[in-house]
Amino acid sequence: MGTESSKMARQVESDRQDASPGALRLLWCNLLVTPRSFRDSLIRHGRPTSERAASQAVFTNFFLHILPTRIHRDSLRIRTTLGLGVISLVLFFLLSLTGVALMIYYKPSTDLAYDSMKEIQYVVPTGRFMRNIHRWAAHGMVLCVILHMARAFYTAAYKSPRQFNWVVGMILFVLTLALSFTGYLLPWDQLAYWAVTIGSEIAQSPREITDALGITAWFDIGAYQKQLLLGANHVGQEALIRFYVLHVIVLPFVMCVFLAIHFWRIRKDGGLTRPAGAEACSESEKFRNGPPALAPAKTYGLMAVVRGRTPAVDRSMANTMATYPNALYAIGALCMVTFFVMLCLGHSFNAPLTEHANPLVPENPAKAPWYFLGLQELVSYSAFMGGVGIPGIVVVGLMLVPYLDREQEEVGVWFGGSRGRRVSLASALFAIVVVVGILTFTINYGWLRDWYPNIPQIVITFVNPGTVMLVVFSLWSFFITQKTNSTRMGALAIFTCFLLAFAILTYFATVHRGPNWGFYWSKSDWPVH
Amino acid sequence: MRDETIRDDLKASPRFQLEHQRRDFLGMAAMWSAASAIFVALLGAMRLPIPSVFPESNSRVKLGSVDLFQGVAVTPFVEQRLWVFSDDQGLYAISAICTHLGCLVARQEDGEFDCPCHGSRFDSQGKVTKGPAPKPLLRLALSVSPDGQLVVDRQQTVGPEVRLKV
Ligand code: HEM
Ligand code: FES
Repeated sequence: MGTESSKMARQVESDRQDASPGALRLLWCNLLVTPRSFRDSLIRHGRPTSERAASQAVFTNFFLHILPTRIHRDSLRIRTTLGLGVISLVLFFLLSLTGVALMIYYKPSTDLAYDSMKEIQYVVPTGRFMRNIHRWAAHGMVLCVILHMARAFYTAAYKSPRQFNWVVGMILFVLTLALSFTGYLLPWDQLAYWAVTIGSEIAQSPREITDALGITAWFDIGAYQKQLLLGANHVGQEALIRFYVLHVIVLPFVMCVFLAIHFWRIRKDGGLTRPAGAEACSESEKFRNGPPALAPAKTYGLMAVVRGRTPAVDRSMANTMATYPNALYAIGALCMVTFFVMLCLGHSFNAPLTEHANPLVPENPAKAPWYFLGLQELVSYSAFMGGVGIPGIVVVGLMLVPYLDREQEEVGVWFGGSRGRRVSLASALFAIVVVVGILTFTINYGWLRDWYPNIPQIVITFVNPGTVMLVVFSLWSFFITQKTNSTRMGALAIFTCFLLAFAILTYFATVHRGPNWGFYWSKSDWPVH
Repeated sequence: MRDETIRDDLKASPRFQLEHQRRDFLGMAAMWSAASAIFVALLGAMRLPIPSVFPESNSRVKLGSVDLFQGVAVTPFVEQRLWVFSDDQGLYAISAICTHLGCLVARQEDGEFDCPCHGSRFDSQGKVTKGPAPKPLLRLALSVSPDGQLVVDRQQTVGPEVRLKV
């Protein structure tokens, strides 16, 4: 690589032979070219000028080699991914940065935590801004991860060979929620205190089952879970320090490990999902049947040895683009947009901080963060089913989806074409009718205990409106599976139902629930107290 | 072709199978002992996060001279989150912590208890009449200390029929 610096060095060399001012002069010249030679040593190949150099730029860079050297055109289209995975990742980075900034002033003690929040809010230079960004990015990340999951679902990205990455994704989803929940306690304000009190009692709610079986005295799993979380029987200093450790070290670390696995698997599973049919998707077959017919001039050593799961190294380059600069620009653009939105939010809206935690006066209503409000609505009918049973069944059910639905048709297409769109639409309407119907019913007529005051508790525990929805949606999904003779359609049906139920319950509990968890059309109708 | 027959022959021979099993057995034994060692270690480590002494383990609190409560229908203790009641059979205490998810219930004028969090309602004896609460409000154990003070034990519950007779 005849770069400038080496030319200059040669010049210097000949200078040295002519006159012999000696090594000192050489030192001077070296010093002059240092910026340039440092850059050459940093970026070994200089600015890529050819396509091949561009692939090398990606391949030899530690940070970029997570990306393939060439990317399929479709994978870069915004409608394929909506950029949601990348945005989630950017938000995670942003949260880590602002989180470290907040840690500098935050003190995890029940006496000092609230004051340190006030200090960050009103005294620390840029403190309020950092806190705002941290808060809005946390909400944004939960939202983007949910949407990203929906997009992976609707484009059938969970199908072979990506089943395991879907499971990893579910773990990331749970971790994201856990990070939000643990962070919620740290300001030690009223909202934090009572939301976490309720949360930890939900962890204890399996006691409803052990009580019904009469085995609580020997096997109190509920109390164990609660004590594991709180280190005590109530939310206090022990709980605060546990939540702090989880929030700043344990969960972010575990998150990074699973993110690494997530990205590694995307590469090894052959990049993003693409529609079959295009020459694209069959490369694994080609690999299995021997070397590809149309091998490119350059092969990528070890990469190509990995069977079947390699990205686009073998196939014709027809529909691929060089990662450098196309994908990098795309990622950079998403990054900029995300940062911009977060800066605007952080500048314009302050993260809420209510009064200092007071264990003697419950918040009324004590509302969890929005993404838990749907569950809180169910919890208000029975704690165990609403808080543990139904979320548990849904998470395990979602993890099982790729193993229960193994059809390979229509992968990589939104909704899998027009039939899937019809099924999804019908399921959405069905879910709206069912969920709104059940909510209207319970508001007007109450629930079991209002009709049969002496009903056994075990019935209350299990027959939650959420259980009814779960059963109805499962039946609907079986019906669709039967009718269309396709497991994919059944999966679309039940996922759409869950998504809609989640959205409606969240909306309902956010807007229409007021003091004493009563129903109000709007906040202005709340009784004054 | 021949290769395959030999291989099949070999596989069928008891000696081959024995060898195979033995090697498998050692491998399996190593794997399982490693796995069970890790499992037991984890089980042991799981004891760490549960404190052997809870911060609230001193759960007995003096509420004041017993005489003060005689004949007073209800005495609230906001700090202790309970009420002491007195009826013709004696004294009893009801905890204000909702059995649903731990909010504090408020005592209404009619003597019933309302929970602000998810709308549970309890009658004047603490029995659930409405909402998701799985159990009646807890009755806390009362006793009299040697110096004549009423003592409540917040960790010890008693049945609804129990009264402290003075
Ligand atoms: C912390 C949260 C997460 C981050 C940062 C993340 C990040 C990413 C990124 C950057 C991609 C590349 C494509 C894209 O941008 O969409 C991706 C793909 C994928 N993600 Fe995630 N993800 C997260 C959570 C999840 C969840 C909750 C699921 C589902 C349960 C999931 C399942 C998938 C799947 C199946 C793919 C492959 C998509 C395809 O092949 O088309 N991820 N993820
Ligand atoms: S905590 Fe009392 S009703 Fe939920």
